Amino acid sequence: MIAPPKPDLITVNVDGREIAVPKGTNVIEAARLVGVDVPHYCYHPKLSVSGNCRMCLIEIGMPAVDPVSRTPFPVAASGMPRINWMPRPQIGCATNVAPGMHIRTNSPLIKDCREGVMEFLLINHPLDCPICDQAGECKLQEQSTGYGRGYSRFIEQKNVKPKRTPLGPRVTLDDERCILCSRCIRFCKEIVKDDVLGFTDRGSYSTLSCFPGRALANNYSLNTVDICPVGALTSTDFRFKMRVWFLKQTNSIDAESSVGANTVVWSREGVIYRITPRRNDEVNDTWLPDSARELYKAIHASDRLVAVKVNGTDSALEFAVGAATGLFRSSAGAIAVVGSGRSSVEEQFLTRKLADALEAPTHLVSRVGQGDEILISADRNPNVRGALVVGLIQALPKTRVAGDATPSSRLTNGDVGVAAPVRTGGLTELAAQIDAGRIKAVVSLGEDLAAAGLTATQLAKISIVYLGTHANATSAVAKVAVPTLTVFEKSGTFVNQQFRLQKFSRAVPGPVGATDDLVVLAKLVAAATGTKIADEIGPLWSVLATEVPALRTVTVANLPATGLLLDGTPWAVLPFAEGATLHYKPAAEPAAAGALKS
Amino acid sequence: MKLKPETLRRIDEVIPHYPVKRSAVLPVLHLVQEDAGCISPEATEWVAQKLDLQPINVYEIVTFYPMFRQQPIGRRHVKVCRTLSCALMGGYKACEAFEQEFNTHRGATSLDGEVTIEFVECLASCGTAPVVMIDDELHERVDAAKAKALSDQIKQEAAQRR
Amino acid sequence: MPAPAQRRIVFRHIDEPGYTSDLACYVRHGGYEMLKKAVGMPPPAIVDEVKRSGLRGRGGAGFPCGVKWTLLDRKSGKPIYLIVNADESEPGTFKDRSIIHQDPHQLIEAMMISSWANNVKQAYIYIRGEFPQGARILERAIAEARAANFCGPNILGTNYGCEVYVHRGAGAYICGEETGLIESLEGKRPYPRIKPPYFPAVLGLYQCPTIVNNVETLCHVKHILEIGGDAFALIGAPNNTGTRILCVSGHVRKPGSYEFEVGKITLGELLNDVCGGPLPGRKFKAVIPGGSSAKVLKFGETFTLKNKDGSTRTLTVEDIPMDFDTMAACGTMGGSGGVIVMDDSVNMVEALANINAFYAHESCGQCTPCREGSLWMKKITARMVHGTARAGDGALLKSVADQIAGRTICAFGEACAWPAQSFVQKFGDEFKAYPETKKAAKPAGALELV
Repeated sequence: MIAPPKPDLITVNVDGREIAVPKGTNVIEAARLVGVDVPHYCYHPKLSVSGNCRMCLIEIGMPAVDPVSRTPFPVAASGMPRINWMPRPQIGCATNVAPGMHIRTNSPLIKDCREGVMEFLLINHPLDCPICDQAGECKLQEQSTGYGRGYSRFIEQKNVKPKRTPLGPRVTLDDERCILCSRCIRFCKEIVKDDVLGFTDRGSYSTLSCFPGRALANNYSLNTVDICPVGALTSTDFRFKMRVWFLKQTNSIDAESSVGANTVVWSREGVIYRITPRRNDEVNDTWLPDSARELYKAIHASDRLVAVKVNGTDSALEFAVGAATGLFRSSAGAIAVVGSGRSSVEEQFLTRKLADALEAPTHLVSRVGQGDEILISADRNPNVRGALVVGLIQALPKTRVAGDATPSSRLTNGDVGVAAPVRTGGLTELAAQIDAGRIKAVVSLGEDLAAAGLTATQLAKISIVYLGTHANATSAVAKVAVPTLTVFEKSGTFVNQQFRLQKFSRAVPGPVGATDDLVVLAKLVAAATGTKIADEIGPLWSVLATEVPALRTVTVANLPATGLLLDGTPWAVLPFAEGATLHYKPAAEPAAAGALKS
Repeated sequence: MKLKPETLRRIDEVIPHYPVKRSAVLPVLHLVQEDAGCISPEATEWVAQKLDLQPINVYEIVTFYPMFRQQPIGRRHVKVCRTLSCALMGGYKACEAFEQEFNTHRGATSLDGEVTIEFVECLASCGTAPVVMIDDELHERVDAAKAKALSDQIKQEAAQRR
Repeated sequence: MPAPAQRRIVFRHIDEPGYTSDLACYVRHGGYEMLKKAVGMPPPAIVDEVKRSGLRGRGGAGFPCGVKWTLLDRKSGKPIYLIVNADESEPGTFKDRSIIHQDPHQLIEAMMISSWANNVKQAYIYIRGEFPQGARILERAIAEARAANFCGPNILGTNYGCEVYVHRGAGAYICGEETGLIESLEGKRPYPRIKPPYFPAVLGLYQCPTIVNNVETLCHVKHILEIGGDAFALIGAPNNTGTRILCVSGHVRKPGSYEFEVGKITLGELLNDVCGGPLPGRKFKAVIPGGSSAKVLKFGETFTLKNKDGSTRTLTVEDIPMDFDTMAACGTMGGSGGVIVMDDSVNMVEALANINAFYAHESCGQCTPCREGSLWMKKITARMVHGTARAGDGALLKSVADQIAGRTICAFGEACAWPAQSFVQKFGDEFKAYPETKKAAKPAGALELV
């Protein structure tokens, strides 16, 4: 691993404490490093600096310097340099630290400034926190504790502005709550490049709005809700469904593409209420596609598999494993395994183990669409690189050619809200072998072989063992079908397009009747090999670490929340599908890709 | 959007005055309003397209500046200065005089659609307060008598047109 | 002692019978001779003259013009822009209108000299929207000057070119703030920029180095070139050099705009001798000396100021010289030179209500203290006048104003706070008594201010 370059450090003084911070750090971030909170509304670390809320006013001083010698003036008594404090407070967000800078965040002037801003922000703001959806995660509420007046001096009429405006399909605006911080406007302009929001009118009557007839409809619109510091922008889906303080937060990963945006899943008593982004400066910053936030809805889809089936009849897991084992025996030498780029690293590892035991060739279903250059990459499988790392596959699955595209079935794990079609494929070789009669049984890890290009005739020629979450043409004809868990119901890891190993954790329990994929896979492996293998993440990782070269030094228990970059050089020559997205640049031109083209 | 050829010509002439097209928002909006009387949502979209902008970019401007209007006004525009120097010299009385003469009130248009009265902020002619702008022309020291005389003139011109 | 006579430099031909705004008349009066002189000089020499002249900006802040030019980033490789701030919008100020309407070529010549001096190839005149005729006069004058090669692609055969365009505002006081003006000129909402980092001299129009100068300030450049920076510095008072145009409005017999050497006339002389004193039967009560945002002065109050030798002197309002520094020492400012006079017919609560309404209407709404504070103050004073007044409202106004000043993105914060602060400070009794004052019936024909 290559160590990042050491940043240029400079020393500043925050409230009397000296601290070394990288050059170019602003005062808010510098203060954060010593645990000093500089309250703010409009500042956002991933957006341009606007400086409009005035909440982050701080006092700035520089050591007095002798104009001739350019050396600091020492004060006789203490020997410390005298500090020339600027007469006016400055905004921390737009003030970058300078060597020797002194910063005061706790002086009476600053307290007064913050109290003044708080009072101003609240005079026209509805004080109806009990019925506000933002309650519990509102920055106004938060700062009122420290800087609120406790009573109102404002006896005039409050400004009246539009309430409950649908800004787009997923976002609802309450203009009276808006504090005009412009975060949402800057987000749309700077991150999504979809300039749809703006302020109309002026002064205190300024109003956040779309142009009449236009909508905030892009696939990132819900990020405006995340960054809105108050209850102005709310998620139409989530608003008034649940108080946030009742919700449990579980770290997870957006499984809709190989970007692997980090998420938090918010649930209560086994029910998921929303998904929000989790900051990872190397992957998704603080953003998340809207489509990623809808994925949990597949949990309760009507086509969710909840009953083990053997030959189409309800059965039990042990019988299913037995039936599968029988099938493995009867078809020995003519079995293929269709793994999945949606399975976790651990599942892929066990899938490989199974294939090894059965001496079965492995295939992977490719899922390639158009990347959005932000947080959805062209590869809609979250974990193709995981399959490479654990050795489930050696080469990338072949992508179906564009003209051959079939609209993907309603997907269990991804692709929601992405307009461009996703081409599912990679099974041409398998199809040929089935046609030739060389393959008689197939184990599919949640993949719909029909959607991936096998014909009904080909499906009819084989016996299928299917492990998956939702019903489809493959599960319908499977000899053995075992319901398993969605990404929200189990734990595991994915390797994203950067070869970053990232962990997701179980947020809610799976439905009755469904079994953890690892458990099912471990049983199948045990049946095929005659030896038990671990079926839980912890013990399984000891095996992974010894058997998978790229994971040799990794322990999953110590995996950082923001993931761990693996060495991807062994696979650098592969022609990966991804184009550039946020924090990802594809390799210039993989050598192998050039060779394949010719 | 139906603009006069002359307006279109002037719009095309003014855009290259700036290295960045967006800068032409104000002059183009002025020209559109002079031609069409006001700036409709349709006109806003047209201007946005003309300057390679999003409609919201133009809408933000139209709604910021008080001189741009989204609704048509009367044939004559009477703008009485409200700010301190004029108020000290009788600006409020001048405004009331016009309101009475045309039987309407500030911010509104007379029933016959002839006159819109606006009570505006400083017109920068404080030394000759109170001042009134009728369309593009400034009238100084508008006391009650002068307000009456100006109103009479507007009425007379309206009568002549009929 | 009679008041000193006007010294009309910028206003030399204003209101002169027979003087017209066309090029021929301007040239007949020696026009564009200074541009001819300028193009024969190395540009840094002109910048140097302006620096030596001590000329301070006439727009409001009084920042030295030569320093402003020196701060210009000339090494960036980016084009340098000149913008004339003709958005004259500080209430009480009405000098640009006269210059633009009556002597537009003076401004254009001064612009071209300044452009030559600073290697500007593109200049804009940002004129307030309420001057449609002024804009047309300027456009005609530019066309004339261009035809005569006083501006345009090849100025006076030098191969140096500078285009000038008129850009009309549309009714926004905030466009007088130079970075708000730049945003407006870029076609955006005129939200003033945060400084640092957006100092116009470095990151101005289109993020290029930009000079923004007031009309009157720029006109002086022509005259500085004529007499030399050192000679100019001898006019007026030290650090307050040259002449400046004082615009007097409100309750005086002869309101109008007058040009005097800076600091050579006192407020008393200006109001009593030049402007003819108070209206018949009235007495001066208060005066705002530098545009409506300047802190009000109360007739009868005195100021004890330190002299250079350590001794002190006491000034009455009438004694204050019309300069930058003494005005500042007296707690107010020379500002834009707009002197608004109020006599004893004025109730100060109502006068502040009028001012508050202006600033609430003109706040751009970008930053919190000004956006919320200015409207709050307007609502308080409007309620005092039209609804229920409370004895404590004055103190509340002052407190609100204190929470604005010094904490905003631009100087508008001070502009809207200073009137409230100073009115309440100096006329606190009127604010306290206002609930009672209101009960008394107003005489017929009483002044209405809000």
